[in-house]
Amino acid sequence: MSPGPAPVPADVEAVIGVAQYEEVGEFPVERGYVWTSCASVENGNPLFWEDEVAEEITGGPIAPPTMISVWFRPHHWAPGRSAARLPLQVHFDLKERLALPEAVMTDNTIVFHEPVRPGDRLRTHQVLRSVSDEKTTKLGTGRFWVIDVEYRNQDDELVAVESYTGFGYRREGG
Amino acid sequence: MTSAPKLLLSSVAKGDVLPSLRYSVTATTVVLGAMASRDWRPMHHDKDFAVERNGLPDIFLNTPNQAAWFERYVTDWTGPHGRLGRVTFRMKGSVFPGDVMELYGVVDDVVIDRVGCGWAQLSVVLRVGDEEKTTAVVRVALPVDESDNPWRRRTDQWRP
Repeated sequence: MSPGPAPVPADVEAVIGVAQYEEVGEFPVERGYVWTSCASVENGNPLFWEDEVAEEITGGPIAPPTMISVWFRPHHWAPGRSAARLPLQVHFDLKERLALPEAVMTDNTIVFHEPVRPGDRLRTHQVLRSVSDEKTTKLGTGRFWVIDVEYRNQDDELVAVESYTGFGYRREGG
Repeated sequence: MTSAPKLLLSSVAKGDVLPSLRYSVTATTVVLGAMASRDWRPMHHDKDFAVERNGLPDIFLNTPNQAAWFERYVTDWTGPHGRLGRVTFRMKGSVFPGDVMELYGVVDDVVIDRVGCGWAQLSVVLRVGDEEKTTAVVRVALPVDESDNPWRRRTDQWRP
């Protein structure tokens, strides 16, 4: 009888559904970045440029929804910081714990809830949603996993959830 | 001032094609997009790094800035009353300076959900030449009539 697929380690199972790496953005949401972002893609949506339109339609200025991850990218340098912070730390934890040196992201879904507004202090955490049994693809043998990144504002309202599907793997013969 | 919605759900049908967007990408496009999204990684501003370390021909558009391009493309079509609910991206290839990127979109479905919110589901593709670089499935809310505004929906009235 051949051995069955390797089970997901118990310590990995234990963190499925658990909020990890809670953090608060390093700076409040601000309009300078909103305008720079809109300028970079020539986005003339009046919600971001005309206060009167924003007031009427969205109850005041908002940030483009797709900017959600921008508010959490750390400064390139900050006093006292000794190591660069990694976004999506749970992904890197899984690679290391499961001894899967290579990884790709296959899909990225963003679901938008309450609008993000200038002055908001956003916070975030990561949640491992699932880890698959071992699979073999053309890249190699490894596991798929789904990680959610949830974002909330200072009033604890959900503003967005990003879901990443990753595949960590070993190259054949590696 | 009262601005009328540019696009109502009733004027959208499955199979409708969105106006395409064509844009010549330069090094400035790539670097500006990376800096606007606070992405300081060198492959988005340092050609030597992109070539020697990543084995690519040049610096390339980063993912958050591509998301911004997709948002701009969709809301150019909907107008400001259009509210993004959900976007799923699949990255297939990189976009480099010198590329002419084109965004195309088609309406896959039009529905009104059980709380009365109108939704258009779109397939959007970013192409360079004949090559699909990024695809996205976009769910965007549109007003169901002149008095509706998806941005006013909160909590259980907003089900993206």
